[in-house]
Amino acid sequence: MSTETVEITCIACPVGCDVSIDVEDGEIQSIEGNTCPRGAEYAKEEYRNPTRILPTTARVTGGVLPRVPVKSAQPMPKPKLEDAMVEIAAVEVEAPVELGDVIVENVCDTGVDIVATRDLPAAEDGPKAVE
Amino acid sequence: MTETEAEAIESTQSAAAAESAIRREEHDLVVVGGGPAGLAAAQEAYDHGVDDIVILERDFELGGILQQCIHNGFGLHYFDEELTGPEYAQEFIENVAERGVDIRLNTMVEEVTDEKLVYAVSEDDGLTEIDAEAVVLAMGCRERTREALDIPGDRPAGVFSAGTAQRYINMEGKMPGEKAVILGSGDIGLIMARRMYLEGADVEAVLEILPYTGGLTRNVVQCLEDFDIPLRTQQTITEIYGDERVEGVTVQEVDDDFEPIPGTEYDIECDTVLLSVGLIPENELSEGAGVDMHPVTGGPVVDDGRETSVDDIYACGNVLHVHDLVDWVTEESMIAGRSVAKQLQGDIEVREEPIEIESTGAVSYVVPERISNVDDDREELPLYLRVYAPMDEVFVTVESGDEQLAREFERRAEPGEMITVDLDTEALEDLPENRLTVDVVPKEEI
Repeated sequence: MSTETVEITCIACPVGCDVSIDVEDGEIQSIEGNTCPRGAEYAKEEYRNPTRILPTTARVTGGVLPRVPVKSAQPMPKPKLEDAMVEIAAVEVEAPVELGDVIVENVCDTGVDIVATRDLPAAEDGPKAVE
Repeated sequence: MTETEAEAIESTQSAAAAESAIRREEHDLVVVGGGPAGLAAAQEAYDHGVDDIVILERDFELGGILQQCIHNGFGLHYFDEELTGPEYAQEFIENVAERGVDIRLNTMVEEVTDEKLVYAVSEDDGLTEIDAEAVVLAMGCRERTREALDIPGDRPAGVFSAGTAQRYINMEGKMPGEKAVILGSGDIGLIMARRMYLEGADVEAVLEILPYTGGLTRNVVQCLEDFDIPLRTQQTITEIYGDERVEGVTVQEVDDDFEPIPGTEYDIECDTVLLSVGLIPENELSEGAGVDMHPVTGGPVVDDGRETSVDDIYACGNVLHVHDLVDWVTEESMIAGRSVAKQLQGDIEVREEPIEIESTGAVSYVVPERISNVDDDREELPLYLRVYAPMDEVFVTVESGDEQLAREFERRAEPGEMITVDLDTEALEDLPENRLTVDVVPKEEI
């Protein structure tokens, strides 16, 4: 039988309770330190399956800027963030780009797409902001 | 012809040429700045009946700082969903475009006079003088620099404000360095720690001179703890060293008066220093127009409609006071847009005596500073305020004489999180005195 205590800072509100979870054989036994039910809910989810939205950028050719901002369309598993960065870095898209365009499909087999978060017009005479 | 005569003729000619080169225009409303504040003010003014609006923007596109804030966390209050900065901006950019607002990009405003003459220059149009009926100042804010902090040491390359590094990475695709130390744990510092890390740099530490972080808890968790980036409070950089490029920094612990403690020095090797040490409202134009400034916010003193001390000149967004969430910038700028529209249409009822709003005790400031309008359309009037230091379990109170107008409980009040108290506008009639006092009182003292 393995037991451990996991410390989690709740981010549901600015109070930022330090919540501790007692775990026995992977099963949550007790949750302490939260001062409201949202804290327990957050800590449970954060222990079982921490996910994050990944905001980053992708390379663009022929646009008013050389990068377009992108994000994971849904929260993705936290342990996959760094792998996803590598996969996105290998991509280059051509301007124009539209908000919502899929830049990487099913990133790192997570089932989550990486999508553009703005319109990026094509530039007739090279990037505008990098002169 | 003597040389002096020739010079005189030449100078008359060039003066005449310059004079004729000035374009002259008249418009109902000029908005200075096309970031979130200017966009929301223009949109709201249009929707309340003003159709002759010009937005003057110095960048090559609209959206302001949101275009480089590619992270999520925007819009939870205004849109009720979580957006990134560019997504939030695009919504308003499309809105002003649909409304046919006259947008002038690559245009720098040089001067705004108290007569509402706006002087702007651009490569395409040269110098333009706009005679405006009303002006909304929405220039945003600027970052504090190394010079403002007087950090001693060498002057090598590799020292950036966090926002500059953010623009380089997120818009221009350039990495500022490989091994970074970040001074300041406000939200921009935290966000940039994650950004540098995910782009492959080592982030050695985030240093904070205060005993607590100035950023949101969620950013501490998701930007630092997620990647094991150390946050060191009550520490600061006391020297930057390096020949051509930063080679490292000396860090020291500080006491409660922020004085470095001798003997605590240690060095961190790095090639990049990012400074996230505060934002300052950008008010050169406001000061030029002669508006009264507030000593704490660093922005103009405004009334409930966000009108400054100069008639028909309004201010909103970070030029007025630095906001922690763009949602509040939008809300405030819509107040300004609506109010300037009413003013332009002669539809505003001014109080005989304005109600002055005073902050006391632990309240560092309240915006607006006075209520000068009777506004029958609104039921609630939001007061924005901040506290000097973190406090747990407090009541925010708004009083006039011995009458209490509002009392709101806050589980935790922090300087980094703006507090909003909504005043019931009916309660503003028949006040004991023409003054409101805003205070923050610990729960046990109530």
